[in-house]
Amino acid sequence: MEGQNMMIRPYGDTMNDGAIQLSFTLPVPHSAKADEAARQYAKKLGFNEVEVVHSNPLSDKFTFFVIYGKTTQQLDYDKVEVEAIEKTMDYYEVNNYIEENIKRKIVVVGACTGTDAHTVGIDAIMNMKGFDQHYGLERYPMIEAINMGAQITNEELIERAVELNADAILVSQVVTQKEVHIQNMTDLIELMEAEGVRSKMLVVAGGPRISNKLALELGYDAGFGRGTFPENVASFVVEKMVEKKAVSS
Amino acid sequence: MMDSKLNLDKSKIKKARQLSKEIAGPVNEYISQHTTVAIERATLRLLGADGVSKDEVPVPNMVINSLGDKIQYGAAKYYINALIRKNVSPQELNELIADGLDISSIDFTDQKLIDQKAEELVEGAAKRIKENVAYRSGKIDQYKEKENSPLLYLIVATGNIFEDVKQAQAAAKQGADIIAVIRTTGQSLLDFVPYGATTEGFGGTYATQENFKIMRKALDEVGEETGKYIRLVNYCSGLCMPEIAAMGALERLDMMLNDSMYGVLFRDINMYRTFVDQKFSRMINAFADITINSGEDNYLTTSDAYEKAYTVTASQFINEQFAYDSGLPAKLMGLGHAFEINPQMENGFLYEMAQAQMAREIFPEAPLKYMPPTKYMTGDIFKGFIMNAMFNFIAKSTNQGILLLGMLTEAIHTPFMQDRFLAVENARYILNSTKDFSNDIEFKKDGIMQTRAQDVLDQTIEFLENINQQGLFDSIENKMFAEVSRPKHGGKGFDGVTEKAKDYFNPVYKYLENELGLK
Repeated sequence: MEGQNMMIRPYGDTMNDGAIQLSFTLPVPHSAKADEAARQYAKKLGFNEVEVVHSNPLSDKFTFFVIYGKTTQQLDYDKVEVEAIEKTMDYYEVNNYIEENIKRKIVVVGACTGTDAHTVGIDAIMNMKGFDQHYGLERYPMIEAINMGAQITNEELIERAVELNADAILVSQVVTQKEVHIQNMTDLIELMEAEGVRSKMLVVAGGPRISNKLALELGYDAGFGRGTFPENVASFVVEKMVEKKAVSS
Repeated sequence: MMDSKLNLDKSKIKKARQLSKEIAGPVNEYISQHTTVAIERATLRLLGADGVSKDEVPVPNMVINSLGDKIQYGAAKYYINALIRKNVSPQELNELIADGLDISSIDFTDQKLIDQKAEELVEGAAKRIKENVAYRSGKIDQYKEKENSPLLYLIVATGNIFEDVKQAQAAAKQGADIIAVIRTTGQSLLDFVPYGATTEGFGGTYATQENFKIMRKALDEVGEETGKYIRLVNYCSGLCMPEIAAMGALERLDMMLNDSMYGVLFRDINMYRTFVDQKFSRMINAFADITINSGEDNYLTTSDAYEKAYTVTASQFINEQFAYDSGLPAKLMGLGHAFEINPQMENGFLYEMAQAQMAREIFPEAPLKYMPPTKYMTGDIFKGFIMNAMFNFIAKSTNQGILLLGMLTEAIHTPFMQDRFLAVENARYILNSTKDFSNDIEFKKDGIMQTRAQDVLDQTIEFLENINQQGLFDSIENKMFAEVSRPKHGGKGFDGVTEKAKDYFNPVYKYLENELGLK
């Protein structure tokens, strides 16, 4: 080794033993044959000394296994590189970030605009309950979140945002026909520019057919697609607010 | 009735009930004077309205849309009038309406004929629901021995009703007593109920009458196989509360998530709409012998379980009062709470047990619904499994009625089949191993648990007094619940609320009021 490379394997109770525990389900009835199948499957995964330590029927057709095996695979730890991942803050971090860096509640106004009647997107991001165990912006103590609902005109949205002195606008577009959402999204930015309020707030778009690239092209600060959680949007908004403030001051 | 472990002051419990009654008073006053589009649609459904137009608009919605302001007189009158005038069956009338027949402007026939026909239709629906009740109680009696105590509650949520069936049957075979089919994201905000069997949903499956029927049949089948009556749950919440109740009553659902304030606080549905809707929905549930589950667990996903424990207890009192006001007996009140205490907290387990035991002692007949840890669950599935075990232990040792099983992968993904199995194993081990624990222990006088419960009860009374002073509507507006403000005229669905005319006609409402002894 000469201290050159640091080769590693999983550690059970002896250095380099390569011991791993795993559990999974196979779609077969519980039987001696099923146990053997699980053992062979683990061998196919590259494990040696495979032991099926536990198996249990989940139904007539499925069996659950707990397995131990040893692997000879090793890895040169020194060659592992990590990309600096763009990690977004979670619910608590966002609130703390606002308290520390902005020092007041921020105001976010959201709506599903134009003819689109589907509130599922904006509700997932804004509603208290949130989505898939990720709290919506309404639940953030440091965010005043106003969800205007669906079929809101661009004019109404801007009026409300100005009235509330909003820090950010969230626009959701879920179901659209013949690309009307593009026109609608473009109109919003043009209207805001005409009224001289575009620079006063962040404008963020979201929806299954929205990408960050598309949103930037249309003059938005960001776009969020499928799989976005409230904290992703919140992180972007608060960090961008601080960044903009730093630039302008 | 069990002996008290907590030494709670009975006069304080009485006081809290009295306050809840006073809080509900003005709300009931408002409820009695109003109807909603959802109540009218539910009424129509119980009279036989069903089906959809070519554009997928449900027939009950088509009727309500054509009636506009006239719903103040009760949609039933127009529907029954059309049946008589056209001399058709409900099925035939539904087809005519789906094809565009407007029943809002047909000349009225003799009111006597309408009353007669109404009686016939209401009797028909009532008969079907009574048969459902009799069938259920027969099966529960037959298979009582095999039931777990508390009942084990598992969730399926694939989006596809046919896939749900497979998972639900597997879960029943693994030992579940109750299956809940989670609804698709956002259904609670639809002001109509979709139609037919559905195979696509986001994070859940559409609640439709056909889906109810499919799952009911599947659970009856697996129930016969396993020698158990498997209960089916859906969500009687959102903008279609009463309609879901009507469908559930017709298709023999057994439990409904049905909270008096959840929609207002957590889904931003208008408060007037929700209060008016919840009453009729609970009347239907009461008549159909359906156990409701209230949603107090939601308060604790928002707020700290230790600091805000009293909001749970207060909400339980308020839910109980509104349930009584709808004719629901205590045995159908699955009042909710949750094991959401921070696992880092010293003696957290004692506080949690005090809270659960307190609910047990305050609501002795209610089949309390206990929700598992979610807030502090992480990718550490091993720790999560222990947290679920602690939760199961409290559930058993405080005699909870309905145990929603926690998944060790709660924070990671929707459950794998093996996750449900492990959850059932965990619960069964504890239920068996601690079977008579609760009968065998007493709590130390003035110990941590007694003191905690007494403190929470005091805080609850203070909170209820505060609400009573402000009035419930203003309290909600003033952020008293769940740290969120809901303006009285804001939120979704307010435009669906209408003041009843003097000669408002609703034979279903009237029938239920009589049957439930509310008049």
